[in-house]
Amino acid sequence: MNPVAAGPVADVVSAVLMLVGALSCLLGAIGLVRLPDLPTRLQAATKPQTLGLSLILLGTALRVELASAATLVLVVLFQVITAPVISQLVGRAAYRSGALPDDALVVDELAGHLPADALIGDESTDRDDDRDDRD
Amino acid sequence: MGVVFAIVLVMVGVAVALALVRLLRGPTTLDRVVALDVIVVLTVVAAGVYVAYYRDGSNIPLLAAVALVGFVGSAAAARLTVRRERHR
Repeated sequence: MNPVAAGPVADVVSAVLMLVGALSCLLGAIGLVRLPDLPTRLQAATKPQTLGLSLILLGTALRVELASAATLVLVVLFQVITAPVISQLVGRAAYRSGALPDDALVVDELAGHLPADALIGDESTDRDDDRDDRD
Repeated sequence: MGVVFAIVLVMVGVAVALALVRLLRGPTTLDRVVALDVIVVLTVVAAGVYVAYYRDGSNIPLLAAVALVGFVGSAAAARLTVRRERHR
């Protein structure tokens, strides 16, 4: 078994990458608890976690053989592709189910672009009146 | 090197605990979906630290599998949440 990089320098680089990655994950989790509403929590849940995962798996890739490192790069690539998809899906679901407070959005480009039945869920929420006024 | 891995694992563990706080507090279902997605990513991170510590590449397919299942789970949960709340 031949690691991608061997020696004390590779060990130090790997350790620094993993420490910074873990710090990024931790900061993202702190943001997830402390930020006030769903869009900001989505921000804290996707970007720091993706950065942390990338850095830690990069640090891991330096310590295993080349074939395994290639698989790790695939995992990172997959996370980079799917994190925005999850973010988009959850944000849209929150908008459509009326879970967003009205002052959470600075720009509302989705208003008027959803089909008529898309806002049916709003009838069960107490923000229904506000939505009708805006239209 | 062992100290570094211990520090990294403690940080990841604290991050999982914080995500669990958000999972329990909510307040909406979508907040819980986001928290669960973060926990899945942190699981992949912890497994990656295990692989790095033991220099054992045989667990790497596990990382890919967990990442895939986490994506499908979060996407399905987000879709079904809207559908349920619309019919309520």
